[in-house]
Amino acid sequence: MYVEMKNICKNFGSYEAAKNINFGIEQGKLVALLGPSGSGKTTILRMLAGLEQQDSGDVVIEGKVVNDVAASERGIGFVFQNYALFRYMTVYDNIAFGLKVQKMDKQKIHERVTEMIALIGLEGLEKRYPNQLSGGQRQRVAFARAIAPKPQLLLLDEPFAAIDAKVRKELRRWLKEMIQKVGITSIFVTHDQEEAVEVADDIIIINEGRLEQMGSPIDIYKNPKTPFVAQFIGTSAILDNLKGFKGYDDIPQDKKVIVRPEFVEAFKSDNKKFANMMDAVEEGVIESVVFRGSYLELTLLVNHVRLTTNRSLERRHVDIGEKMCVLLYRVYLFDDKGAEIRKNQLLKGIDVEAL
Amino acid sequence: MKEKNSKAVKWILIGISVIFFLLMLVLPLLEVIYRALWDGIASYQAALTAPNTLSALKVTLIATVIAVAVNTVFGIIASWLLTKFDFRGKNVLSTLIDIPFSISPVIAGLAYIMTFGRTGWAKPLIDGINDALGTDIALVFSVPAVVLATIFVTFPFISREIIPILYAQGRDEEEAAAMMGASGFTIFRKITFPHMKWGLLYGIILCAARAFGEFGAVYAVSKARGKTFTLPLEIDALYMAGSADSITQAFAVSSLLVGMALIMLILKNIVEYRGKRSDI
Amino acid sequence: MKQVQTKRKKSIIPGFGISMGVSVTMLSLIILIPLASVLAYSFRLSGQEFLELMTRPNVVRAFVTSIGCALAAAVINCIFGTILAWVLVRYEFPGKRLMDGMIELPFALPTAVAGITLTKMYSDTGFLGRAFEKIGIEIAYTKTGIVIAMVFIGIPFVVRAIQPVLEKLPASYEEAAVMLGASRFRIFWKVIFPEIAPALWTGFGLALARGIGEYGSVIYISGNSEKNGTQVVSYIIMQKLNSGNVDYEGAAAIALVLLIISFLMLFIINMIQHIASRRTNV
Repeated sequence: MYVEMKNICKNFGSYEAAKNINFGIEQGKLVALLGPSGSGKTTILRMLAGLEQQDSGDVVIEGKVVNDVAASERGIGFVFQNYALFRYMTVYDNIAFGLKVQKMDKQKIHERVTEMIALIGLEGLEKRYPNQLSGGQRQRVAFARAIAPKPQLLLLDEPFAAIDAKVRKELRRWLKEMIQKVGITSIFVTHDQEEAVEVADDIIIINEGRLEQMGSPIDIYKNPKTPFVAQFIGTSAILDNLKGFKGYDDIPQDKKVIVRPEFVEAFKSDNKKFANMMDAVEEGVIESVVFRGSYLELTLLVNHVRLTTNRSLERRHVDIGEKMCVLLYRVYLFDDKGAEIRKNQLLKGIDVEAL
Repeated sequence: MKEKNSKAVKWILIGISVIFFLLMLVLPLLEVIYRALWDGIASYQAALTAPNTLSALKVTLIATVIAVAVNTVFGIIASWLLTKFDFRGKNVLSTLIDIPFSISPVIAGLAYIMTFGRTGWAKPLIDGINDALGTDIALVFSVPAVVLATIFVTFPFISREIIPILYAQGRDEEEAAAMMGASGFTIFRKITFPHMKWGLLYGIILCAARAFGEFGAVYAVSKARGKTFTLPLEIDALYMAGSADSITQAFAVSSLLVGMALIMLILKNIVEYRGKRSDI
Repeated sequence: MKQVQTKRKKSIIPGFGISMGVSVTMLSLIILIPLASVLAYSFRLSGQEFLELMTRPNVVRAFVTSIGCALAAAVINCIFGTILAWVLVRYEFPGKRLMDGMIELPFALPTAVAGITLTKMYSDTGFLGRAFEKIGIEIAYTKTGIVIAMVFIGIPFVVRAIQPVLEKLPASYEEAAVMLGASRFRIFWKVIFPEIAPALWTGFGLALARGIGEYGSVIYISGNSEKNGTQVVSYIIMQKLNSGNVDYEGAAAIALVLLIISFLMLFIINMIQHIASRRTNV
């Protein structure tokens, strides 16, 4: 492991920001710390950077415990939430600052800064001040400033929070490419799961100061280990029970149910594709149809329960009030202890994923 | 109908403001000039070049310059402390700094007399230091006393102007610089100082204006006319002498302070304007 | 491997120790220790002596005069200060820049100069004094004169407290009220006043504190007559330092009471301001 946090605890008064946090990150990975606001993810990042001191536990970087190493000696580049660009310095001076502090040779500083500006594609804007840049340009400068001194580890605190939704997607891709190009181990904090899924190699989910789960985006999506993760990842509806649903008679009463749109299939009764599954079909009525840009979101009333599913625009037209056949492939069951996936028993032996 | 009504209200309010402004602020200035020149230019000049006036001008300038210097150092350091760090007792500290705003300047003078005066508890200490160093510095009824009293009353002037600016600026930039290994002095010089520049200048102007005009506090600790008197004290002495001539002289000396006050006001407005424009 | 640290929350920004040291040292030497001496001195009086001093007619009257006049001046300043701030923010008229720039003249003008000038203006030989005398109003050497001097030194506090709040108040606010058909008076009381109230209290508090402790601008126009009740507290304190029979203990005791009253008033005003701002910040 390249970066490790071992048994990290941290309180702010009575507020527990970190409860025995343990994780390790391999060299070269791009990792997201994902969690709702107030979950403690930023505090964890700041402890890693040395901006906050943990109450107990060890921070390990490259095999060395760095608890007593000053933030500036940890070899970390940090991109702050609002970038914290030096407002009274030009783009050039911002990027050069860390190098000047290291008393690097002037010529070398110039070379490195020029290289950085070329890397982020802001040639010609060297003399601008931060307030003369767009949000996206500021983020690029903040990135360049953080990596100019060649740190071993890059930390980013909500790197996209201050940017317009429009530019955000483009910047995500840009940042991912940049980090891959530079090949630096990076950790970023975000509250946006879409962002985490799209950018990160691995995701660490934090809630109320606890580490809930760590893994690849697909892994976390497919196998949520805790109720929180099951609810937090993806869009999901939570039901008290599945009374009356075919193939789910054996669900224990004390477990709650999570249904995701992709677990639900709705089709017209003359659809032959699902002929072998008709045993498991329920009847549902379309309550609403919402156009989501590239697909339709249908809400159906099935057995007095509302289920949501996404429908391709290529499929046949449907109307509100129309009766549909509804299949529930699988659900998540959860209680206080954990979460598990449960397939529809009547669909045993049928390869649902092949559809 | 409503439109007309609103216009009338506008001009009534402007009228009230202008009358208040002229009566309370402009008229007194004209009065000073009028009274100062009562006996003609020659006696005006004579009043300004009298030895007592010149001595008072010197003491006033000394007190102002030292007070501004001390309070600038304090203002910068205290505002750095109060805006860049969290610690217990921060609110108490910032309240204590503002004490001179809310107490009578007379009490400031009184406080120094009771500390350093003939019966003050720190008197033996000062005597001891004087004996050891072979000096003869008195901290009451002397120029140093005037300086101290002036520092007291202007103590929070500069910190109070800088604190809100640094507070609004936040700590991110300093943290970012510290992460990169910059020293405290470099951080201050390159990052914090450019932010506080205009506020500092503004505070210095307010501090200077209050310093050269201070009366109550220095009145308590300065008794020797022609030696430790400042301009306001000299004005008081001339005015209280009561003769028509001396009252005219009092206004002549006052006109000097009016000039200084106006210069400060102009500087203040320039700084305010420039500061707003460079606001990033 | 558990190591519990009980360190102060450490900041990465350097310079905490030295700036704390310098700040506290300077604050102690210049402000706190001298003020503590006042406290120590006032305790040299016995309880009975203290009571006797504080109930002397001239002392009581001085407190009444100082606080009463300062309150009156602060109220007047709130009225005119609000109008001035409103006019400076909302209207355009010739000379506005000059007026705006001159509002702080009372801060810059030495109090002694203001004191003697106001006295001459309002005395029976002065331009305004004569005018008021004709209609039977005496200003110089009366409490009215004291109030005028306190209005002069207090006005910038109120204007400068309200101005930024009014500037930030969006016009859409009033427009919304107008659209709903509110009368102008109603708009002011129900929409604008609650917004500026916290700032107004701040200005009121500052003007009041300044008025209660004021010396330079007041002592000339007041005439300092015990008979007419125009002695202010600062004058009484100064008298005890100056006259042939110096009375430091008495001066310290009166100063202490003045300090306590000033702080109490500021405390109460801060409380009111806190409540007022809570109401608008919801």
